[in-house]
Amino acid sequence: MNALLSVHKLTMRFGGLTAIDELSLEVPAGKITGIIGPNGAGKTTLFNCLTGFYKPTSGHLRLAHPVRGEMRLERLASHKVVRDAQVVRTFQNIRLFPKMTVLENLIIAQHNRLQRASKFSLAGLFGLPGYRAAEAEAVERAATWLTRLKLESLADHAAGDLPYGIQRRIEIARALCVEPVLLCLDEPAAGLNPRESAELNELLVHLCRERGIAILLIEHDMSVVMNVSDHIGVINYGRKIAEGTPAQVQNDPQVIKAYLGEDDEDASGEVAA
Amino acid sequence: MSAVVFAHHGMTPAERLRDAGWVAFVALVLGIPLIGLTTVDAGGRLEVATRFGMLALFVAVAFIGRIALRLTLDHLRVRRLGRERAAAAADGGRGLAQRIVTVLGWFALGAAFTLPLIFSGNRYVVDTATTVLIYVMLGWGLNVVVGLAGLLDLGYVAFYAVGAYSYALLSTQYGWGFWEALPVSGALAASFGILLGYPILRLRGDYLAIVTLGFGEIIRIILVNWTEFSNGPNGISSIPRPSFFGLEFTRRPAEGEQSFAAFFGLDYSPMQRLIFLYYVILVLALLTHAFVSRLRKLPVGRAWEALREDEIACRAMGMNTTNIKLSAFAIGAMLGGFAGVFFAARQGFISPESFVFTESAIVLAIVVLGGMGSQMGVVLAATLLVLIPEFGRNFAEYRMLLFGAAMVLIMVWKPGGLLSHREPTLRLDAPATGTEGAR
Repeated sequence: MNALLSVHKLTMRFGGLTAIDELSLEVPAGKITGIIGPNGAGKTTLFNCLTGFYKPTSGHLRLAHPVRGEMRLERLASHKVVRDAQVVRTFQNIRLFPKMTVLENLIIAQHNRLQRASKFSLAGLFGLPGYRAAEAEAVERAATWLTRLKLESLADHAAGDLPYGIQRRIEIARALCVEPVLLCLDEPAAGLNPRESAELNELLVHLCRERGIAILLIEHDMSVVMNVSDHIGVINYGRKIAEGTPAQVQNDPQVIKAYLGEDDEDASGEVAA
Repeated sequence: MSAVVFAHHGMTPAERLRDAGWVAFVALVLGIPLIGLTTVDAGGRLEVATRFGMLALFVAVAFIGRIALRLTLDHLRVRRLGRERAAAAADGGRGLAQRIVTVLGWFALGAAFTLPLIFSGNRYVVDTATTVLIYVMLGWGLNVVVGLAGLLDLGYVAFYAVGAYSYALLSTQYGWGFWEALPVSGALAASFGILLGYPILRLRGDYLAIVTLGFGEIIRIILVNWTEFSNGPNGISSIPRPSFFGLEFTRRPAEGEQSFAAFFGLDYSPMQRLIFLYYVILVLALLTHAFVSRLRKLPVGRAWEALREDEIACRAMGMNTTNIKLSAFAIGAMLGGFAGVFFAARQGFISPESFVFTESAIVLAIVVLGGMGSQMGVVLAATLLVLIPEFGRNFAEYRMLLFGAAMVLIMVWKPGGLLSHREPTLRLDAPATGTEGAR
């Protein structure tokens, strides 16, 4: 198994609170890795460390970038994690640019490429052919993903006016426009109805199998995680408590304990009292 | 909506007659004491006389008038509804407001070009119009920072001052002309924008507003106190006016120079210079507009808007928010600097008095009132905010009260600004079908 991302003894402390405690994890290339765990287990903190929003207290985040070679994500600023390492995330509470149209949201995702083509806006200001070609290409790429995610009819609508499930899809489409090597999805199925989450499953499998994008997935919806993940890591109190295939994880006594609580005399006695 | 239309269409002739009959009855009841009976002076005592002919005429007029009024109102209402529905069907109700704004824009442009020709003898009108255009230009500059990038800047007047003082000093101390000093002063103002931008990169909202407010005051206080540099509160006077390709607007030009009037064989008039200045600011403002509108459709402009919408999402899209903020501050400051250069050249005299906080507040009010990010809104708001106090001169001490009341009313009536519609920077070139399921 060649790891695309290896998390090594990652620790994140906020004052006295240890949100992540020496967590080690490997994310293989071209596979879907699920991260599950009870609320407050440190899943989103892991994402924030990965994408440069938090500086980890200690530990390493090594990315084996297919083109640029090994990169240390914990040393990069958040915009460089996206621009240079091509690790892109979505947010648990959707963060679109609400007043801008769906298409504009997807074009902004390609900002760095377009900004380079616009030559500090000079080529763009005078509408030089190089810039116009780059812009046409960006629109083309956006249109491709919009079509793939069945959003093309909504392209010119303000993103913030659209229903929740559609906003989730837009956020994924926007992340895809960055052309990620590793796509980190933070609860993409939250608030989706069963049909929408079935479509999400199908999309995730497509991205991974056909496009070779590695996916790191935080999810509470077990029908999504268990169906699509190749590999699952379970976190509780900032530590990894189990790892393996969906079937292995489902039968792991530690996991059952974390989710359903301990089944010992003391605990049941306290509940009864 | 259609129910209303039918209700008015559905009024049968019998109903109309009954409606008019009621009105005629009321007219009759009121008319008997008012018109039907009258007192006449019959040799020292009053007698009651009757005027039933006039009463009948009055009731008939009320009856016919009521029918006519009803018919006209219904007709107008039906026509208005029809027009609204046709417009809504034509473009989903979206484009109508935009089309009106576009037409309004072209009309304003035509008016702006012809105004000094029509009022060529009226100094007051041309002066006021020039002031409006200065504020339009300042508004467009601040619109980049506040309207597009969403960075609340309360010290914008600082850049205006930097532009004005750099032209004043360059021209009076080093003999630079208006056109040479313009780009240099703009660049200087832009570097002040970056200077301000650096320390406040991490600040947002209220905190940002307070620091920018402080920056504006710092610049003004420096100008007041650093007498050797800026001549302090006395200001800088006899700043040279811009020339028309080397032709000066004076009665007696300097040795070896030619005056505008003499060159074109016209009689000298001080209005020529005012009208020329008006056209200079008009062209500067139009260039600003073209520049900002173009930037808005480029990656940098979209990045500004994205920054206003959600800074964290910007970082998650790999955008360097530092550069985006600094570019917004620099471009906004540069445009403010250009306006400052023009201001100094037009006044011929500047002092720190011209660059007080109130100016920043007025420019900010123009941007907010116009609708954040709307270019046409700025024009409308600038015109209103300059003209309301001008009209208010008749009300003497109630002038600022009127100004405040007008602003409150506008914000109550249109909380998003006068023109809050946002036009997308680009559209997908797909056939506009399949919009079902949009909502």
